[in-house]
Amino acid sequence: MVDFTERDEGTLPLWPELAEPDLVRFENVGLRYGIGPEILRDIDFTIPPQSFQFLTGPSGAGKTTLLKLVMQTLKPTRGRVTLFGENVSQHSQAELARLRRRIGIVFQDFRLLDHLTTYENVALPLLVQGREEASYRGEVIELLRWVGLGDRMHVPPVILSGGEKQRAAIARALIGQPALLLADEPTGNVDPGLARRLLRLFIELNKSGTAVVIATHDLALMDMIDARRLVLAEGQLHVYE
Amino acid sequence: MSMSEPPASGLRARLMTGLGGVLLKPLLVPRDRVLAPVLPAKSRSGAALMLVIAIMTFLASLTAGAVHLVADASRDWSRTIAREMTIQIRPAPGRNLDADVAAAADLARRQRVIEEVRVMDRREGEKLLEPWLGTGLDLGDLPVPRLVVLRLAAGLAPDLSGLRAALAERVPNALLDDHKLWLSRLKAMADTLVGIGLMILTLVLVATALAVAFATRGAMAGTAQIIDVLHLVGAEDSYIARQFQGHFLRLGLRGGAAGALAASGFFIVAGLVFGRGAQGSALEQVEALFGRFSLPLWGYLSVLVIGVLVAVVTGVVSRVTVYRTLRGMEQAQ
Repeated sequence: MVDFTERDEGTLPLWPELAEPDLVRFENVGLRYGIGPEILRDIDFTIPPQSFQFLTGPSGAGKTTLLKLVMQTLKPTRGRVTLFGENVSQHSQAELARLRRRIGIVFQDFRLLDHLTTYENVALPLLVQGREEASYRGEVIELLRWVGLGDRMHVPPVILSGGEKQRAAIARALIGQPALLLADEPTGNVDPGLARRLLRLFIELNKSGTAVVIATHDLALMDMIDARRLVLAEGQLHVYE
Repeated sequence: MSMSEPPASGLRARLMTGLGGVLLKPLLVPRDRVLAPVLPAKSRSGAALMLVIAIMTFLASLTAGAVHLVADASRDWSRTIAREMTIQIRPAPGRNLDADVAAAADLARRQRVIEEVRVMDRREGEKLLEPWLGTGLDLGDLPVPRLVVLRLAAGLAPDLSGLRAALAERVPNALLDDHKLWLSRLKAMADTLVGIGLMILTLVLVATALAVAFATRGAMAGTAQIIDVLHLVGAEDSYIARQFQGHFLRLGLRGGAAGALAASGFFIVAGLVFGRGAQGSALEQVEALFGRFSLPLWGYLSVLVIGVLVAVVTGVVSRVTVYRTLRGMEQAQ
């Protein structure tokens, strides 16, 4: 049986136009700040469509930095980054914005905008695309109900609990129906019970077709499911399938 | 995942379409349906900038108003002086001064372009010298020149070469003064004042632009996390620049309106005060320079234009500053 998703060098797919490219491909990527030493070096990995993986490593290993490289808010000092089959090294800001709309990201510190309501925070990715509110209002309300914030949509984030903020941040990452979800320590600020529920939510999302990358150093969380692991240590990445 | 929107019906539905919808939507849409601006609407620095814009607009409007008043006053002076000439007849040995004055007046009356000829008597001539020589002096023994004042007919181009030639022939000690020197000096002074006014206007606009640029950078620094989040959720630089432009344009319009309103109020009050007639030497000097201090309608229009111009400059400068700052941030990555 032919694997149409196979993209290894030298093994071209039989019908290239039918092959679904990796969502993310890093080749020989390195990063240094100024003239300092490389903090990430020779990073090679791919994130296939609909895959589920943990990105792990000790604190300070560079997990968040790697996610920034994926989001292209940081540029590598060497190597090639390919997003959705496009080499992004020469992409303009507008082209990067177009690709970022296919990626949802959740931060450990939520990064909700305090002057907006929960509803407005979740609707933000659609708002910046210039869509009329009437065209997405139903979607936002339904998603807020799905994450259990149906009765909190008109309150500002400052009065939400940590768990509610995290769910609002996840809803914001999902509202654009991204092909890839990046979560940076999503369970870092919540109790173990909520962490398990969030993990189940991520698994559910993955089953619906979204590739998921969870950056975490929570071993207990990773032990809950058998998933691919990308381990960062001493500036290098090791992939355990 | 979609959820159907409840249909708007009847009058409300009709009101919500077309131009009516644009104007009425903010009133008819429930409060919780109106999205907050992506950038925080109120901030202390925003209020300070609005005050700066209001002051700048006020100063620019005062300058523009003063330019209008000077230009109008200068035009009035020029019109008055340009329609007036004098013949100066100096006493000369062997000549009868009174006969020379009468001859000069007679020659002037024969000119078609001269509407009125008035001979100033000796007493009037001496009175003109009082500011320089003081009062109480007997000028009877001094050879004081006599003057004939000519008023030109309106709308006729004065060609006084004939009068000049006739005077040279019949009254050689007479001198026709058409005030050209005064006019040229007056025009130079008015042009200089207008130039200074325009320079001040330009400086005010440049200062406003610089203040807005600094305020925009400050606002961007204060909202760095918001900008970061906007980038991460897929916002283009143009979207972020539009948000800042809208934010600062609103500040500019409010500040510009406040400054223009204050300046208009100033001119209205000043017009009322000076319109009742100047009292006191200082007020008389102001009235001599600016006339009745009443700003014409187009003067108020220019104040309004300055208010709008300052707001537009504010919006454009903030947009350009955001673009440049975002480009700088990208290159620093």
